[in-house]
Amino acid sequence: MPGLTTAGTMGLYIDFPRRASPSSHVSDDIHSSQEQASQRRSAWMAAAQDGDRQAYEKVLADSVGLIRSVARRQGVAIDSLDDVVQETLLTVHRVRHTYDPSRSYDAWLAAIAARRAIDHLRSHGRHGAREVSDEFALDMHPDVGDATTQTERAQEAARLRQAVSELPPGQREAVEQLSLKEQSLAEAAEETGRNTGALKVNLHRALKTLRQRLHGDS
Amino acid sequence: MSEPLPIDSLIKSLGAQAAPVRRLLSPGRRTVGWTMAVLTIAAYLLWRHGMGNMMQRWEIAPLVCCADVSAFFTCIAAGWAAFALSVPGRSNAWVWLPLPTLLVWMAASGWGCLRALIAPNAEAVGFPQSADCLVFIVALSVPLSVLLVLLVRRAYPLRPVQAAIMIGLASASASAALLGIFHPIDSAASDLAMHAIAVLIVIGVNAAMGGRLLQPR
Repeated sequence: MPGLTTAGTMGLYIDFPRRASPSSHVSDDIHSSQEQASQRRSAWMAAAQDGDRQAYEKVLADSVGLIRSVARRQGVAIDSLDDVVQETLLTVHRVRHTYDPSRSYDAWLAAIAARRAIDHLRSHGRHGAREVSDEFALDMHPDVGDATTQTERAQEAARLRQAVSELPPGQREAVEQLSLKEQSLAEAAEETGRNTGALKVNLHRALKTLRQRLHGDS
Repeated sequence: MSEPLPIDSLIKSLGAQAAPVRRLLSPGRRTVGWTMAVLTIAAYLLWRHGMGNMMQRWEIAPLVCCADVSAFFTCIAAGWAAFALSVPGRSNAWVWLPLPTLLVWMAASGWGCLRALIAPNAEAVGFPQSADCLVFIVALSVPLSVLLVLLVRRAYPLRPVQAAIMIGLASASASAALLGIFHPIDSAASDLAMHAIAVLIVIGVNAAMGGRLLQPR
């Protein structure tokens, strides 16, 4: 007869006697190791909130797989997964103070990743709606050197210059040093007096801002 | 233009910025702070107007007492729901937390409205005074909503419109409960209808504007 046992927050559950089988052992082992991994990530994130750099890098690296699987479930294409991973990691960095160490890190991360995946799909959908698919387009496209193309390129360059000039100072500096002057990170760090980490993050944010301004992403 | 940075490189650069952060207080503790803010305003109004008027109203019409108390608990529950909904990973079911007290508040106010219609000997409140109630609820809801939006923005609301509706409900119900401290002895149907309109205005404006203010960055 099944035993009636109180457990958890939902009250009662029926504890059916289970027959031990090799597959159930394997399943229990997998569940147990997933649970341990989840608890490890929670502990790392708690340490990261206290400023532990090693724990922070570990938890971010360990989060990549989970972010990818959440993004895949939301329908993000494989070649876009890295974009969603980067956006999610940047968001995690910005809002890491909202994580409560007494609760599941995985649930917290999955919610952020799902949001970023949806944002990506929305912006991708808008792109797709603007793009025209025509297999003969390449053959019918005018030559590269004609006056219209040159004018368009000049206009695009002007728009890009304008967009770069409107960036916040830190981001503009990163684009100018790393992308336009094509300096190495070390050279740029020496010239600007900023550390390489800050330059990388500023460049990433600048590229995102420029993509939004030039292509209308959000 | 450069390609996006590799993930390993991004992790390293984020790791280099691993400064200690001040953890967000739990939704429960933040709700205590919100309740204290409302109680402070209540204490000021009680000091200014005294308890006599409110106690007399409650004695004459116990349902008014029920409506005022349930409005106060709705403000606490809706505030708690707004704080919980603003933390990633929390259940969407928090949105239902204020429903029981909201239903009691609506039922008590609705019955008071009906009573006012069928008992014309009750002390009637004219339209100008009803308009005063509307102005009070809307005007007090503005700073309370701003306070809640600021508190909720410190978190990361992934469901901004739902959080904004909860903020609207919390601030409107707090204002309605506080109004009970110095409201005229009994209410006409038009007066109670005006309260309902004021609450709907506050919730509607919050849903329209708060949703944008709370959009995840």
